[in-house]
Amino acid sequence: MTGRVLDLLTDRLTLALLVLTALMFGMPALKPLFAVLYPSLERPLYEADSFLALTADHLALVGLSSLGAVLVGCTAGIVVTRPSGAEFRGLLEAVATMGQTFPPVAVLAVAVPAIGFGVEPALIALTLYALLPIVENTVAGLEGVPASVLETARGLGMRPVEILLRVELPLAAPVILAGIRTAVIINVGTAAIASTVGAKTLGLPIIIGLNGSNPAYVIQGAAVVAVLAVVLDFGFDRLTFLLSRWRV
Amino acid sequence: MIAFERVTKRFGPWAAVDAVSFTVEEGELCALIGPSGSGKSTALKMINRLIVPDAGTIRVAGEDIARLRPEDLRRRMGYVIQSVGLFPHWTVERNIATVPDLLGWPQARVRDRVTELLELLKLDPRRFRGAFPHQLSGGQQQRVGVARALAAEPRILLMDEPFSALDPITREALQAELATIHRETRTTIVFVTHDMDEALKLANRIAVLDQGRLVQCAPPLEILTRPADDFVRDLVGREEWGLKVLAVETVGQRVRPDGEAAGVPLPSAMPLRRALSEMVARGTDRLPVVDDQGRPAGVLHLADLVRP
Repeated sequence: MTGRVLDLLTDRLTLALLVLTALMFGMPALKPLFAVLYPSLERPLYEADSFLALTADHLALVGLSSLGAVLVGCTAGIVVTRPSGAEFRGLLEAVATMGQTFPPVAVLAVAVPAIGFGVEPALIALTLYALLPIVENTVAGLEGVPASVLETARGLGMRPVEILLRVELPLAAPVILAGIRTAVIINVGTAAIASTVGAKTLGLPIIIGLNGSNPAYVIQGAAVVAVLAVVLDFGFDRLTFLLSRWRV
Repeated sequence: MIAFERVTKRFGPWAAVDAVSFTVEEGELCALIGPSGSGKSTALKMINRLIVPDAGTIRVAGEDIARLRPEDLRRRMGYVIQSVGLFPHWTVERNIATVPDLLGWPQARVRDRVTELLELLKLDPRRFRGAFPHQLSGGQQQRVGVARALAAEPRILLMDEPFSALDPITREALQAELATIHRETRTTIVFVTHDMDEALKLANRIAVLDQGRLVQCAPPLEILTRPADDFVRDLVGREEWGLKVLAVETVGQRVRPDGEAAGVPLPSAMPLRRALSEMVARGTDRLPVVDDQGRPAGVLHLADLVRP
């Protein structure tokens, strides 16, 4: 029992989560520290929004855009690896590569005149940006399933849908998950930029801090973004382990 | 049980299987043999419609398989391949249970069947049930592959060079296992191989293919004694031809019912080749024989081995 508690306490995911929670709730407590570090600043703590609310908004933006990219990217990846969809593969890969070649700032800049300021242009830019790693890894993961396994799955009488759900996707899952992980981690950082077009994210204190020459704001926003990225990365690590336990 | 009627399959301009007709009777073990590119694997895969023929008809139990849904057809047949193809993310138990699960068997019945099959294939259920494929040796993996193919009690078992990738000792053990399973279950087995000794040892009937055409389809002894042409003669091998003939006949077929001899008796199901080896080893020209129940069945004389 004590062993399990100790395991939990020394677990890096738990520790990272603790640090994130502390930053989300306890930033006001650090106000004296920032006051000492930056004595010239009139307001050493970002107080316009709580860091809890900013983190929640940031996560919602990353979550929604990643979910959209997963749905579109995985579906597209599955379609082009079926015999009936193979001809669309070149097209799909070209589109996904283009999505990633555009810097997200450029997508934001183009999206704003088209749909205005707010969360929507940010969502579009982030979704497009997350698409490539997910499509690429879905295709690679599905193609990595050994031919002998597919042959016996067919030979034993599984229908195409059963082969996909019971054999191909579970075997490709670790690779697909690696793509989603890359996409999400990139999006955590990129979402901060979305505050330039009016989406409320952890990028807000950073941008306000940069505009108003307030390094304390920048550090506060950046610290939470960084810890959030670390927490998500550790979380994906755990999930990958769970999905590929059969390989141990 | 399985009938090929002028079956043809082309890949491009080249006919992999060319107007082949032959029949495998119920309960037979039929070996499809030939060199690489002879069309033996293609012929096998047309039986479960992994490959669809361009012309001709294949009947299973009288039914034209083109009229059946491929998945339903395949669930009624076991399928074993050289590279095994176990599902790496499933335990041995779940691998074996693949077809019963697809057929919706109740869990308790599936579990009992898995235990039964693991024991049949000489794998300790307590040790192997929960193991993952990568934890097994090549021989153990193929044992699981055979168990998986047999799981839903198919009337037909299709095997594509199932033992070719195994080391000689493991291969021999699995060949013996397959012979036992065939004897006990009377499952109709179609077995692709390029190894004539394996075919002679296991099969009741051997279909020899060359460049997509059926050269000869006959029982092992006939393949040995009356080969259709030089191709078959070469495939059998001219070396040790006499020993190969002795390998396909059993002691029971040459035993004299009367007389007496000293020494440890031979079982009547033993191949004559091994009986000859025993005689040489023991320095005698006659040995006693017992039947399946261990009752005296007469005497085997060396002179009778060379009788035509």
